[in-house]
Amino acid sequence: MIPELGQFALILAMLLAALQAFFGIAGPALQRDRWMAAVTPAVSGQFVMIATSMACLVASFVVNDFSVAYVAENSNSALPLFYRVAAVWGSHAGSLILWIFLLACWSLAAVVGTQKLPKPFASRVLGVLGLISFGFLLYTLATSNPFLRLDPPWPDGEDLNPILQDPGLAGHPPILYTGYVGLAVAFAFAGAAMLEGRLDRDWARWTRPWTTAAWAFLTCGIALGSWWAYYTLGWGGFWFWDPVENASFMPWLMATALIHSLAVTEKRGLFKSWTLLLAVLAFSLSLVGTFLVRSGVLVSVHSFAASPTRGTFILAFLIVMIGGALALYAWRAPLLKSEAGFELTARESFLLFNNILLVTACATVFAGTIAPLISAALGLGKLSVGPPYFNPTFLLSMLPLLALLSVGIHARWKRGNLHDRARPIILTLIAAAVIGCAVIFGLFTGGRVLGPVGVTLGAWIILSSLIDPIDRLRRHITIPRAVLGMTLAHIGLGIFVISITSVEGFTAERDVALGQGQSAQLGAYEFRFEGIRPIEGANYSGVGGTVVVTRNGSPVGVMYPEKREYWVQHTVTTASAIRMYHTSNILIALGQDLGDGRWSLRLQVRPMVTFIWLAAFIMAMGGMLAISDRRYRSARVAAPAAAPVGAMTRSEAG
Amino acid sequence: MSRYRFTVPLVLFALLVVVLAIGIEQSPDKDLIPSPLIGKPAPAFSLPSLTDPGRRVSSTQLRGHWYLFNVWGTWCGSCRLEHSMLLRIKDTGIIPLVGLDWKDDRGDALSFLKEQGDPYATIAVDQDGSEAIMWGVYGAPETFLVNPQGIVVYKFIGPITEQAWEDQILPHLPVGQTPAAASSS
Amino acid sequence: MAARLYLIVVAALLGSLLLASPNAYAIAPEQMPTPQLEARYLALIHGFRCMQCQDESLADSPVDLAADMRRQIRDMLLAGQTDRQIRDFMVSRYGYFILFKPPFVWKTAWLWLTPGVLLLIGVIAALRVIRQRSALVATDPDDNDLTDA
Repeated sequence: MIPELGQFALILAMLLAALQAFFGIAGPALQRDRWMAAVTPAVSGQFVMIATSMACLVASFVVNDFSVAYVAENSNSALPLFYRVAAVWGSHAGSLILWIFLLACWSLAAVVGTQKLPKPFASRVLGVLGLISFGFLLYTLATSNPFLRLDPPWPDGEDLNPILQDPGLAGHPPILYTGYVGLAVAFAFAGAAMLEGRLDRDWARWTRPWTTAAWAFLTCGIALGSWWAYYTLGWGGFWFWDPVENASFMPWLMATALIHSLAVTEKRGLFKSWTLLLAVLAFSLSLVGTFLVRSGVLVSVHSFAASPTRGTFILAFLIVMIGGALALYAWRAPLLKSEAGFELTARESFLLFNNILLVTACATVFAGTIAPLISAALGLGKLSVGPPYFNPTFLLSMLPLLALLSVGIHARWKRGNLHDRARPIILTLIAAAVIGCAVIFGLFTGGRVLGPVGVTLGAWIILSSLIDPIDRLRRHITIPRAVLGMTLAHIGLGIFVISITSVEGFTAERDVALGQGQSAQLGAYEFRFEGIRPIEGANYSGVGGTVVVTRNGSPVGVMYPEKREYWVQHTVTTASAIRMYHTSNILIALGQDLGDGRWSLRLQVRPMVTFIWLAAFIMAMGGMLAISDRRYRSARVAAPAAAPVGAMTRSEAG
Repeated sequence: MSRYRFTVPLVLFALLVVVLAIGIEQSPDKDLIPSPLIGKPAPAFSLPSLTDPGRRVSSTQLRGHWYLFNVWGTWCGSCRLEHSMLLRIKDTGIIPLVGLDWKDDRGDALSFLKEQGDPYATIAVDQDGSEAIMWGVYGAPETFLVNPQGIVVYKFIGPITEQAWEDQILPHLPVGQTPAAASSS
Repeated sequence: MAARLYLIVVAALLGSLLLASPNAYAIAPEQMPTPQLEARYLALIHGFRCMQCQDESLADSPVDLAADMRRQIRDMLLAGQTDRQIRDFMVSRYGYFILFKPPFVWKTAWLWLTPGVLLLIGVIAALRVIRQRSALVATDPDDNDLTDA
C-alpha cells in the first residue's frame, strides 16, 4: 500500500513539474498573468507529492518491507534503525529520490526567495527548475523506480553494504546533493535571463546568494566524503582523483569561479556573457557527473551499478538541458555588452585571472577524467589516468592562483591602487616565507621543495587576508558581513593549503609484522602490539587488536584497530584506529594473521590532516556568512536613471 | 569570429555527446584489457605437468602447430562454466587445448578433471603465479590462441561460449585446419 | 556522486575470482635489504594499477594477483633490474593501462599537453581583455571603488 502511494505521488509530482515548467516559461512569454500565478501552487504541490513519496520510501525501510525490491537489496532486519533510514540513499534508485527531493526543497526556497523579484523573471526561474525536475522524475519512473515490488517478497534483505554503515554515510550524500542541486538554481537564473533577453547587475546580485549557498554545501559535502573515506578505508588516503570524486569536484571549481565572476558583474556590469556561461556550465557539470557515475562508461569502484539504458536516458536529458541552454547562450550572449574599463592591477583583473585559472583547472580534471573514454572512442587503446597525472597538472593552475590571491584581495575596483597597500603585502609575504621555511625545516626534517612553497603560500593568504579587517577595526569602520565572509573563506583556504602540504610532504608510513609484546618505531613514535581479542557488534563479529603508542617515551594512548566480518554479506572490513595527537593523526590498521601470534599492521603518522576538513568547513562558513549580508535581502530593481550598462531592450534582443 | 565564438560551447558539447555516446556503446567491454601480446611471441616456458610432476611441459614441444592456451583453476566459477565448451572443442579435434592450472591445488585439479572430463592435451602447473604474469593474465578464465610459429594471435577473456568459439576464435584459424597432432598428457 | 564506495559488479566478466574484500587491503611488511631498494619498491608498487581491483594500486590491493605481482617486482629489484626495466616488463604484458601515470607517447600526448595549452590560451585571452578594458578607463564614468567582495 505504502509503496504504491509513493509511486503514485511520484507520478503526480511529475505531472505537476510539467505544469510548472509550462506555466513558468510560457506564461511570461505570452504575458499571461494567470499562468504565471499558477506556477507557485505547482511548486508547492510538487513539493508535497515528492515529500510524500520520500516518506513512503523511508517508511518502507523502517518497517523492513522486503516486498519492495529496493528495500530488499539494500537493507536487512538486523540493520540498526539509523542505517535503515540512511540506506534509502544507499543505491542508485533511492539516491535519485533524494536528488529529486532536494530539488523540490530548493525550488520551494526559490519561490520564497524570488517573491520580491519581478514576476515574469521569477516565473521563468521556477519554470526552468520545473523542467529539470520533470526530467529527473521521468528518468526515475522509467528506469529506476525504487517502489517496484518483489513477488514473492524476500524473507530478509541483502543488507546495506557494510562500508556504508557509518555515520558519514548519513551525512555525505544529502549534503553533497544539496550542493549539486543548488547549482540548478543558478542555472535557472541564467536560463531566465536568457529567456528574458536581459542580464544586468541586479541579476548578478540576485544570483549570488543562491550560488554561494550551493557552493558552501558542495564544499561541505566533498569534505565529508573525503573525511569519511579517510577513516573508513583506513589506509590514510583521502583523495584519489577517482571519476566519482572528480564528478563532484568539477562543479565545485566552476561554482567557485562563478562566485567570483558574479562579484565583477554585480559591481561593474562586466564579464556578463562569461558569468552567464559559468552559471550554465556549473550545473551542467553536475549533470554530466551524474551521467558518468550512473551510466557505466567509466571504471570506478565507487560508481553505482550501471546500465547502458540508464546511460542513454541521461544522455538524452543532457542533450535537452545542456544543449538547450548552450543554444540559448549562443543566441543571446552576443548582445551582452558593457563599456566599463579597468587597469591591469585592478580587482577585475585579478578576478579575471582567478577565473581563467579555476576554469583551466576544471578543464584539466575533466580531460583526465574522460580521457579513457576519448582514447577508447578514437581507437587509441585503453588509457589509465591516475594521481600522477592529476596532481602536477592541477598544481600548474592552482599555484599561480594561490599566489595571486594574497595580492588581489587588496586591489580596488577599476584602478587597483595597489601601491596603497604595497608595504603590508610585501611584509606579510616575508613573514609567510619565514614561517614556511622555519616551520618546515624546524619541525620536520627533509621534504620536497613544494613543502616550504606550499606553507608559504598558505600562510601568506592567511596573513594577507587579515590586513584589511585589522585595518578597518583600527579605524573603527564596521566590517560588512560580505567582507567578513570573504576573509573567513580565504583564511580557510590558507589553512587548507598548509594542511595539504604537510600531509603530502611529511606523512610517515610503515607496514610491520609484530608478535605479542613486540614494538615498532615510526619517526618519534613507538607502537607496542599487545595482542588480539575477539569482538562483536550489532551485525558483525571479528577481531580487535590492542596497540600502545608512545612518543619519545611519553604515553600517547592505546588504540584498537579492528577487522569486522558482517554476517549478512560476509564481507570483511578493516576498521582502522585513528587518533589525534597534537596536530597529527595516528592511524593503525590491522592486517593479516601471520601465524605464531604475529600480525601485520600498517602504521601511519599524518601531520595536520584533520585541518584539511576543518579548513573546508571554515570556507563554507565564510560563504554562508557572506550571504547573510543585508545587501542581498533587498530586491530593488535599478532605477532607469542609473540603468545598468548592457541591458538589451526588447527591440535589440529581437 | 566575434559573434560565432558564442557557439563554441555548444559545439564542444556536441563533441562531448558523441564521445559519451560511443562510451555507452563500448561500456560492456570497458573492463576488458586488450593484450599487448597479440602479434608477439608467446612467452617461453617449461613447467611441471599436472598429471606427471616429474615430466615437464614446455613451449618448445608445442612449436609447429596451433594450440589454445587456457588459464584456469578449480577455484574459478566461470572456468567451470566453460568446461563443457572446452570438452566440445576437444571433440572437434580442430585444435589442442593446453591448460595452465593457475594457483590451484593439485589434488583438487586432478579430481575435477576426473569427474568432469579432461579437455586438455596437456596441462602445465603454475604454482606461484609467475607464469600467468608472463602472459599478462589478470583473471580466469583467459585463453590465448597461438600459431605454429609461437606467435600469440588472439586473446579471449572470460568463459568461452559457443558464440565466442565460432565468431571470434575459429576465424583466426586457417581454413581446413586438420585435427592437430599434439602430444597427449 | 553519493557515498564513495558503491561497488560495481565486475566479477562476471573476469570469472569468479577470490572474494576481494571491499575495503580490506594488503598490509605486506616487505623487508628489502637497503633503504634505497625499499624506497624504489614502494614507489613501484604504488605506481602500478591492480588489474583485478582496477581502482587500487598494487600496494593497496588485497587480491592474490597483486601479491604475485609484488613478489615479481621484488624479485626483479633484488636481481638488479632498473625501474625502467621493471616498468617495461609490466607494460609489455599488461599494456599502458597498468600505469597510473599515462606515458608521454604519441597516443597520449594530447592529454599531457592540454593543461599547458589551455592555460596559455587563457592567459593570452585575459591579457587581451585587460588591454581592451584599460583603454576604456578614461571614458568610463562609473567610479565605484569599494573594496567589498
